[in-house]
Amino acid sequence: MLSIKNLHVKLEEEDKQILKGVDLEIEAGTVHAIMGPNGSGKSTLSYVLSGKDGYEVTEGAATLEGADVLEMEPEERAAAGLFLAFQYPVEIPGVGNMTFLRTAVNAQRKARGEEEMSASDFLKAVRARAKELKIDADMLKRPVNVGFSGGEKKRNEIMQMAMLEPKMCILDETDSGLDVDAMKLVSEGVNALRSEGRGFLVITHYQRLLDHIKPDVVHIMADGKIVKSGGPELALEVENNGYAGILAEVA
Amino acid sequence: MAEAATQMTATEARLDALSLPQGGWSEAARKDALARVHAMGLPDRRDEYWKYTRPETLVQPGAVPAALFDNDEAPIFGEMDRLNIVFVDGIFDAEASDDLSLEEVTIERLAETKSDIHWARDLYGVLEARGQDPVVRPLAALNTAFATDGVLIHVTGKPSKPINLTYHHRSETSDAVLHHVIRLDAGAEVTVLENGPAAARFNKCMEVDVADGAQFHHVRAQGRDHERRAATHLFARLGEQSTFKSFTLTANGVLTRNECVIELTGDDAVAHVAGACVGDGDFHHDDTVFITHDAVGCESRQVFKKVLRNGATGVFQGKILVKKDAQKTDGYQISQSLLLDDDSQFLAKPELEIYADDVACSHGSTSGAIDEDALFYLRSRGVREAQATDLLTLAFLAEAVEEIENEDLREEINGRLAAWLERHRG
Repeated sequence: MLSIKNLHVKLEEEDKQILKGVDLEIEAGTVHAIMGPNGSGKSTLSYVLSGKDGYEVTEGAATLEGADVLEMEPEERAAAGLFLAFQYPVEIPGVGNMTFLRTAVNAQRKARGEEEMSASDFLKAVRARAKELKIDADMLKRPVNVGFSGGEKKRNEIMQMAMLEPKMCILDETDSGLDVDAMKLVSEGVNALRSEGRGFLVITHYQRLLDHIKPDVVHIMADGKIVKSGGPELALEVENNGYAGILAEVA
Repeated sequence: MAEAATQMTATEARLDALSLPQGGWSEAARKDALARVHAMGLPDRRDEYWKYTRPETLVQPGAVPAALFDNDEAPIFGEMDRLNIVFVDGIFDAEASDDLSLEEVTIERLAETKSDIHWARDLYGVLEARGQDPVVRPLAALNTAFATDGVLIHVTGKPSKPINLTYHHRSETSDAVLHHVIRLDAGAEVTVLENGPAAARFNKCMEVDVADGAQFHHVRAQGRDHERRAATHLFARLGEQSTFKSFTLTANGVLTRNECVIELTGDDAVAHVAGACVGDGDFHHDDTVFITHDAVGCESRQVFKKVLRNGATGVFQGKILVKKDAQKTDGYQISQSLLLDDDSQFLAKPELEIYADDVACSHGSTSGAIDEDALFYLRSRGVREAQATDLLTLAFLAEAVEEIENEDLREEINGRLAAWLERHRG
């Protein structure tokens, strides 16, 4: 599904290398987790994959179902099936949540040459998803993320993911700012979307999210590279020994 | 001395090109207004309130020719149930206009009024004259003196539909001077719409007297002609518990100066003035607003938003004056520009002058660019960059557009803004 080969990325503004050769293969139907200390390049990886400005790929490649995603505009990546659940979802005053969602859903459909969703089908789908994520009608009416609590913002991200039905979902520290109940709710939302045709990349500092979203593969990232990969037990090792222990071991 | 002499020479040159309409009930008011013009002189760029907008082309004897604009859109407000009154280059067009009779309102033409209309005589030029202090507005006095046409609308109840003044621009050199007077009796309610570019140069004055408990709604769309010039004045006096709400959409126009002067004279009156303007390139738009609180418990809001690109210029000069006894005043003023590139500029001069001690007044003014984080967020969800930019631009304008109470009108204005943005994508 998502194939990353020897990816090197530096900041455009300053001559600072962030990713120093990342290799990653995520097959459809699997959940991969990336863990790592602060500054290891986890969020940069998610931004580069989704097309945020300010990064320069100096070497390597990333493809989604064989297509070069790094050559695409952010909106083209979205239409191709890539979705990033933001660590810090952006507030957009003046744009209603529903308008935003409907514009996004139909923009992607249009880009793929599909028919736009009718207003009533859209409304029905949103209501069903919102109910699952305990998002009330008022939240849907408000401007995008404006006045939302941390938990509401993350639930809103998962609702967007559910509506857009991407092939490849990247969750960037979705657990940050969530209390235990909210984490459970968000995880249930993610788990409901797990399917044979869909891949997940879950970026997190902590093992606890992975108690709820059980990964198939866990990677440890440090200093711009994946230094160790393994099964879910690797996350437990991080929890017990911290990153220092693992990093010392691979050094 | 030399400056004053230059100013008076320009004033005399302008006045020489005009002749005062003789006779009729408005004659005395016109003569008074002419005396005011002589005393004040026409605007000069050294005047404090003309620092940001050059008045020369509004003052000079003839209009700068303005190419006619091929408007490919259906006329705005055209689908509404309305009473439409049409002016072509400032001249009333009876053929194109609807019959002027409507229940609970009387509508007459300024130019055709032979008999003495007492209510209009008590208003014509009166609010304009009151609005000359403390800041002079010579182009409005000029208008009162020389207006060739306009409508006199006396609202006695709640007419069933809006009155729409439509202005067509058909001659490249037209120089139109229209003056409208509107009186709402106590408890009356009316919506007045205005649309169109009117002329190569348009000087328009509207005086609105809103009696106790009356409600005046005003929505205006200034036409899309690129080369037109306009100086408009809206004077209003509000009685107790009355409401005045005015919104203006301005798209294109090489020079537009919209002045609004409101006096809150009755307790618990509400005045909202809002504007959304969009300019690309050779565009200069100036909102100059003066709101005087002279009664207890009144509310005023000024909400002005400007979207500027390719060297377009926006100006905002807004003042709230709270007199000594106007306690419990609630005043709000916001002026913001969205600069879509580095070439555009926004010049703002917010002013507060408060003599009462128990008031809440806030004001703010900002200039900014499109929020890059919001843009990326939208794009990451699949919205194309141009569409995402439009969406964020409309969101920026929303606070002004939302001042329009009527949903159909609001939608119509939003539709025009969206269409304009689509045509003027970077």
